[in-house]
Amino acid sequence: MMEKGLMDKGSVEGQVVDYLMRETLKTREMWINMGPQHPSTHGVLRLILALEGERIVDTEVVIGYLHRGMEKLAEAKTYPQFLPYTDRLDYISSHAMNFGYVLAVEKLMGIEVPDRAQYIRVMMAELTRISSHLLWLATHALDIGAMTVFLYCFREREMILDLCEMAGGARLTTSYFRIGGVAHDLPDGFIEQAREFCRIFPKKAKDYDDLILKNRIWLSRTVNVAKISGEEALNLGLTGPNIRGSGVYWDIRKDEPYSNYDKLDWEIAVYDGCDVYARYLVRLKEMRESCKIVSQCLDVLEKLDGPVMAKVPKVIKPPEGEVYASVEAPKGELGFYIVSDGSPKPYRLKIKAPSFANLISIPTMVKGHMVADVIAAIGSIDVVLGEVDR
Amino acid sequence: MAEEKGKKMSEEEAKEGEKPKAPAAKEASEKRVAAPKEPPPEEPQVDVDSLPLVKRVKSAKGGLIEDVKYFRGEITFLVKKDGIVDLCHFLKDDTETQFNFLTEVIGTHYPEREKPFEVVYHLYSTTKKHRVRLKVQLAEDEEVESVFPVWRSATWYEREVYDMVGVRFTNHPDLRRILLPDDWEGHPLRKDYPLQGPPGYREAWLKAHCASTNKL
Repeated sequence: MMEKGLMDKGSVEGQVVDYLMRETLKTREMWINMGPQHPSTHGVLRLILALEGERIVDTEVVIGYLHRGMEKLAEAKTYPQFLPYTDRLDYISSHAMNFGYVLAVEKLMGIEVPDRAQYIRVMMAELTRISSHLLWLATHALDIGAMTVFLYCFREREMILDLCEMAGGARLTTSYFRIGGVAHDLPDGFIEQAREFCRIFPKKAKDYDDLILKNRIWLSRTVNVAKISGEEALNLGLTGPNIRGSGVYWDIRKDEPYSNYDKLDWEIAVYDGCDVYARYLVRLKEMRESCKIVSQCLDVLEKLDGPVMAKVPKVIKPPEGEVYASVEAPKGELGFYIVSDGSPKPYRLKIKAPSFANLISIPTMVKGHMVADVIAAIGSIDVVLGEVDR
Repeated sequence: MAEEKGKKMSEEEAKEGEKPKAPAAKEASEKRVAAPKEPPPEEPQVDVDSLPLVKRVKSAKGGLIEDVKYFRGEITFLVKKDGIVDLCHFLKDDTETQFNFLTEVIGTHYPEREKPFEVVYHLYSTTKKHRVRLKVQLAEDEEVESVFPVWRSATWYEREVYDMVGVRFTNHPDLRRILLPDDWEGHPLRKDYPLQGPPGYREAWLKAHCASTNKL
């Protein structure tokens, strides 16, 4: 109606027009909602992004859509009864979740686990690590646009799930570990089938490399994206493969070796790229190292005979006290803090879930990046919402 | 079979008469009903004050420490409420301790105690590879200072403690609920909170969301 500058600034009308122009045409942030039903958030993660054009200025992470109150439930269950609930934390690597829980209870009780059971546990935990990383690689690559990797990874993951089924009877929520050992010994034919997996897996891992390791599109989507320095990562609570992608030498299996990890020969995977690509390299190397651990365990298990269960009282009544035990789960440090009051139920059980801690750094990682990079960032830290919300 | 059992029984009775060692099977059956006969392995007696970490902390910040405990190889410091941030700064920056990583913050409710709330901090050092546990005890209406200035990850951990147990943190940049909805009432991990949620909550929810299918 009115051309700018025509109106006298001193008049009342002039001030009103000036005000309207300033308010209606000013640059402001746009808030957009991502999730909780977004396919690339791997569950029910919700992000609220503040955008300036395509650039992200601020991010808020909203979680809790899968909250089941596990810690409250634990207070109403006996120690063995709570074991199957731990499967449902990170449901794609349930052996590792069981491992953390049984270690904490055994530490509280002072139970010594037989050697054969230790090797079986380590082997199953490492198989789970491979399967978890395969699922991660599959979905992460799919998010970024590499479809074929998805199919390849699921092919090998199926072999591991078959092994899990042989050992524990279930494919995902296995509950194969027990307080004091494992549920039962490995069935006939398990070792041969696991050997077959160890034989072919390194070749298959090379296939994944051939597809994306030097792929130009993959590199442009991952290199220098969602960077986080080692110091910042420590400050923000990152653990596991994510912090090793920022050049921090920290793997609980090496630093505070639990079970039989100190008797096995393997290397920590550390890269100092600090970006999505470094975290991808870490996980790829970890899969190969885990495969090495599995074949070493198989060598031992072929010769080693003995019980797979320690002598554990039927009613588990730990002494009064509190312990914290942690394991290197596929996603990072998984810890269980148990307070016992001497009764058969835990007085308080706190789960330190790696994915929960890993999500804290998402706003820092994606600041200043494009919207599409958020998907790469979420994929690279490998969240599982069952574990975040507990 | 019956004869064999009878023989075994009589043998056992005879043995009991002589008071020999109880057979293993019997021991197991006793365990089934009661707590284990043998006490769990004794904690090796450790002089807490001789541990290097305890020595270092007590000599530098002894005034902030109320008690030290040692159980299953883990050191626990009971810290005065006002000294927690000061102590955390010290533990992070000191060259002997170097606790550069905050593993988690936990809230626990002990309703029978005089100070019913306990906030637990687990620290880890990626360089020295050791762990420590710090504890602060709080009365019903007391607040504790946030350790956010020391480790930024504390923001989320403290939000969870507030959400679940209802302990408030002063100087926290963004103290809101994190897992539960913003309008939720009560703090579920308190011991007086019912396991199946507040009374009437489930019925009300079903009525609101499943009115057509559910006959309540």
